[in-house]
Amino acid sequence: MANQPVDHGKRRFLIAATTTVGGIGAGAVAVPFVSSMLPSERAKAAGAPVEVDVSKIEPGAMITEEWRGKPVWIINLTKEMSATLNKHNDLLTDPGCDVTSQQPSYCKNATRSIKPGLVVVVGICTHLGCSPSPKLQAGGDMGAAWAGGFFCPCHGSKFDLVGRVYKGSPAPTNLVVPPYKYLSDSMLLIGDDSKGVA
Amino acid sequence: MNSLIMKRLLLVISLSLPLLLQASESVHLERAPINSSDQASLQRGAKTFVNYCLNCHSAAYMRYNRLSEIGLNDTQIKDSLLFAGEKIGETMKVAIQPTDAKVWFGVAPPDLSVVARARGVDWLYGYLRGFYRDSSRPSGWNNTVFPNVGMPHVLWQLQGQQVLKPGLHSDVAQPALRLEKPGLLSPKEYDATIADLVNYLAFMAEPGKQQHQKLGLIVLLFLSLLFVLAYYLKKEFWKDVH
Amino acid sequence: MQKHLVNLLAWVDERFPLTSNWKAHLSEYYAPKNFNFWYYFGSLAMLVLVLQIVTGIFLAMHYKPDAALAFASVEYIMRDVSWGWLIRYMHSTGASMFFIVVYLHMFRGMIYGSYRSPRELIWLFGVGIFLCLMGEAFFGYLLPWGQMSYWGAQVIINLFTTIPFIGPDVSEWLRGDYVVSDATLNRFFAFHVIALPLVLLGLVAAHIIALHEVGSNNPDGVEIKKNKDPVTHIPLDGIPFHPYYTVKDIVGVSVFLIVFSAIIFFAPEMGGYFLEANNFIPADPLKTPAHIAPVWYFTPYYSILRAVPPIFNSQFPGVAAMGLSVMVFALMPWLDRSPVKSIRYRSVTYKLWLSLFVVSFVILGYLGTVPSNVWGTFDAATSVVGGADRATIVARIFTVAYFAFFVFMPWYTKNEKTKLVPERVTG
Repeated sequence: MANQPVDHGKRRFLIAATTTVGGIGAGAVAVPFVSSMLPSERAKAAGAPVEVDVSKIEPGAMITEEWRGKPVWIINLTKEMSATLNKHNDLLTDPGCDVTSQQPSYCKNATRSIKPGLVVVVGICTHLGCSPSPKLQAGGDMGAAWAGGFFCPCHGSKFDLVGRVYKGSPAPTNLVVPPYKYLSDSMLLIGDDSKGVA
Repeated sequence: MNSLIMKRLLLVISLSLPLLLQASESVHLERAPINSSDQASLQRGAKTFVNYCLNCHSAAYMRYNRLSEIGLNDTQIKDSLLFAGEKIGETMKVAIQPTDAKVWFGVAPPDLSVVARARGVDWLYGYLRGFYRDSSRPSGWNNTVFPNVGMPHVLWQLQGQQVLKPGLHSDVAQPALRLEKPGLLSPKEYDATIADLVNYLAFMAEPGKQQHQKLGLIVLLFLSLLFVLAYYLKKEFWKDVH
Repeated sequence: MQKHLVNLLAWVDERFPLTSNWKAHLSEYYAPKNFNFWYYFGSLAMLVLVLQIVTGIFLAMHYKPDAALAFASVEYIMRDVSWGWLIRYMHSTGASMFFIVVYLHMFRGMIYGSYRSPRELIWLFGVGIFLCLMGEAFFGYLLPWGQMSYWGAQVIINLFTTIPFIGPDVSEWLRGDYVVSDATLNRFFAFHVIALPLVLLGLVAAHIIALHEVGSNNPDGVEIKKNKDPVTHIPLDGIPFHPYYTVKDIVGVSVFLIVFSAIIFFAPEMGGYFLEANNFIPADPLKTPAHIAPVWYFTPYYSILRAVPPIFNSQFPGVAAMGLSVMVFALMPWLDRSPVKSIRYRSVTYKLWLSLFVVSFVILGYLGTVPSNVWGTFDAATSVVGGADRATIVARIFTVAYFAFFVFMPWYTKNEKTKLVPERVTG
């Protein structure tokens, strides 16, 4: 068919150029399809930060709030409870909270919280996602050695009162502390720790 | 070349389709004087909507935070448009129960999220300016664009009270109205308020439309580049074919 | 590197006919070299099919086939899902573009005689694809659950009621209720996203397999396989589909995408032809919109339905005529008895008949979008048609013309004065 010489260089260039532009186009078209599977505006609105009044929690009690469909525990530790925390460090996997993904940097302290004694943790076991049961009082059905904490009914993981995991539990890490901040002395905002106005 | 003429013909036909429909529109309505890129007008319209319409009509698909697209920041939305206790990510809901509303007005007030796409802006502009006093109606109001409408004239304090010009009935094509008792606004100011409101309703029916068009331009430019390359690629290969 | 790829290909070829399929359908599939403008629409139809399937999958991730939720879920896609508006507009525009492309593809087949022997089965599979497409459009149109969705489905399903004896039971069975309801929506969703797409894909595969078995027709209607190179046995007027028609189709695709994008980004409603204003009002079983008409691609058949007067108080003849107006395409291979295939060599008589058909199709299509009183009524004193809607009478005339094109085809094509068909394809 060809009775005039074929300019292979030109063909290669045109093929490369068309393929590149077509490829970029195909890639650009993929973006909307992939992003359509991200959380929608509705999901974002439902997962918006939650305001909680913490002034009514009795010492030694806890409340559960829902944030992004997950339970968030707010525990008001008594002085006695706080005092027990540093006594079982050698039994814990990560007593110093060195795994940085499990809490914001401002909560890497003795009670894993902004205000000492007012603990905020996500009540989802870091093993396979069950919600552990609170066993706040020492002893009881957890045995005489139990210092108070949480027990996951699914696979038996144990956590202390600030959500640190005991050695020997299937759960690999401490419970997650969500980002949060105080709007006022008694108003807590879970899910937002930005510095600006709320 | 024959095929080129065909392509052009098809393009012309496809682009003229919308014109055909407009030509067959039978009801005569004044054109709504709105400008979708006038953010001040959209903001005024949003305020009117929230203050007057949102008491009975919801806009259940419209999230407050989308008002950022008409130049309002979160604080402004919270302070001037949000009811107490509502969050900025929520949609524009109403407290009124549809069943209650049905008892009060005869029909449940429709959701207004996409009303501008259902009715068209010119219809809305005519409707909101077309209320007049009619003692034969249970609400005491009737409308030239929407005869026997269930809704009373919510904006009557602004517009004042219109009546049909004597000797005319609501069933003529273009009934004339006369302002009997003036309202808080002059007719000109009232028309401008309604234009803002309609402008906002159009925005709310399809937020993001302006961004779609900006993106569309980029896409068309990109595809033109692809076309040029593909055209020369084809030409180069088809040198072989005799 | 090269060596590894060759080895890998050999490994695959021993287990799967990859290279031989590539050759059979692309690099050594010889297509006539004289394809023109009309031959773009086959590949474009394929492109739109892929687009509809992909966008449909992503819409199905967010859409809810529930009468209480469907309308809201569409607005949810339009507003709350990232890029949902684009995916939805691609799908809604794609539906109309599918019909534009397929109608042009069918018209190509008609003018160049692509339905004639030995391509009857390609044509029949094609008619099957067309019917499937109409089904997809009909079922899909209910899903947004707007007023037009609802009343359109109501009217179309009620057409089945006119079938003698079993009609009422059939339509009740189709709806699964006494009116169009949640049950109807749910089953239409199933048909739209699973049942018909499967059939459609099967038919498309059959359409292409049959095509590649007999080879493509061309604007001259000359069989290129009759003139082969004595040594290579390659048709002298054939060129390999790849690369020549792949690069050509890319040009067609880029032009198509420009038009497609212009609509999506600037006029997704297309003045009410692609997305109707009334469909932004949620379905209300108690209130019919003032003027309901099907989407533009159904309007020629809808016009025929309206044009046929009731006979013995039964609407069934109109329904039957409408069904027939779609099915009659399937008979074309056996109705056309002309000695030539392509319009280039056919008689003036045939060209006039074809023009009459095209004009009828367009006018019926237009009349289907408007109320039947659009042109007023004839004066009561006029004989025969006195008092009737003018548009209805016009629709009747063109309905007759539409069917006449097919019914008289065996006669006006039999002794056609044709021009001499060349041995080989022309430029």
